[in-house]
Amino acid sequence: MATGVKPRVKVPKTAAAGETITIKTLISHKMESGQRKDDDGNVIPRSIINRFTCDFNGENVIDVVLEPAISTNPYLEFEAVVPEAGEFVFTWYDDDGSVYDTSKKIAVE
Amino acid sequence: MELTRRNAMLMGVSACLVAGLPLQAATTPEEAIAAFTGGAEIGSGDITLTAPEIAENGNTVPIEVASETAVEIMVLALGNPTPPVATFKFGKLAASRAASTRIRLAGTQDVVAIAKLEDGSFVQAAATVKVTIGGCGG
Repeated sequence: MATGVKPRVKVPKTAAAGETITIKTLISHKMESGQRKDDDGNVIPRSIINRFTCDFNGENVIDVVLEPAISTNPYLEFEAVVPEAGEFVFTWYDDDGSVYDTSKKIAVE
Repeated sequence: MELTRRNAMLMGVSACLVAGLPLQAATTPEEAIAAFTGGAEIGSGDITLTAPEIAENGNTVPIEVASETAVEIMVLALGNPTPPVATFKFGKLAASRAASTRIRLAGTQDVVAIAKLEDGSFVQAAATVKVTIGGCGG
């Protein structure tokens, strides 16, 4: 049901080996909490992103379970270690079964 | 400590005292906490929860949790219709056991973060956030 879902992530292009980098992610999603009612008083069914994961070269960085209390356009900021050059893979899991993903390559200086 | 009926009730009562909440409002957070900790004692210590003292708009309240040795951190908004907010699980490549996000708060209430540490113990931190405009559209 969710339309116009667009993931955005901010990852530095390069890093030194073993360096700690900050990753910021945002995905446009209305995160319908299941608490709101429409004009006729019917409850609007819940439709949220319920899980987010970030992996680097197959190793997990963070795995977040999201609940309806997360704001519209869920934003997450966290830190990761970059042991070698590779690719970050970000995955969002929607209530309706859709999976959105995006990836960012990072080079080691 | 095994999760017996008595222990569960004790935990509920003590958590209510800690949070200063009326009893009837606190049934679901207790269940969420019990599911996360398995009934273990919750101490205080290596965890910080950063939240604004006053949030004008409850629809998007920035929070940050951090802990040096946490494996998992669960965040609860005790006054929301559904108290669980998020659970952060840190993997091998997490540089710091910290994350920030934006949450919805239905009204002025306590936000609680509970961390499971590497040694298996649990610690918690709480912050009271004053909300001017509620964020759950009720």
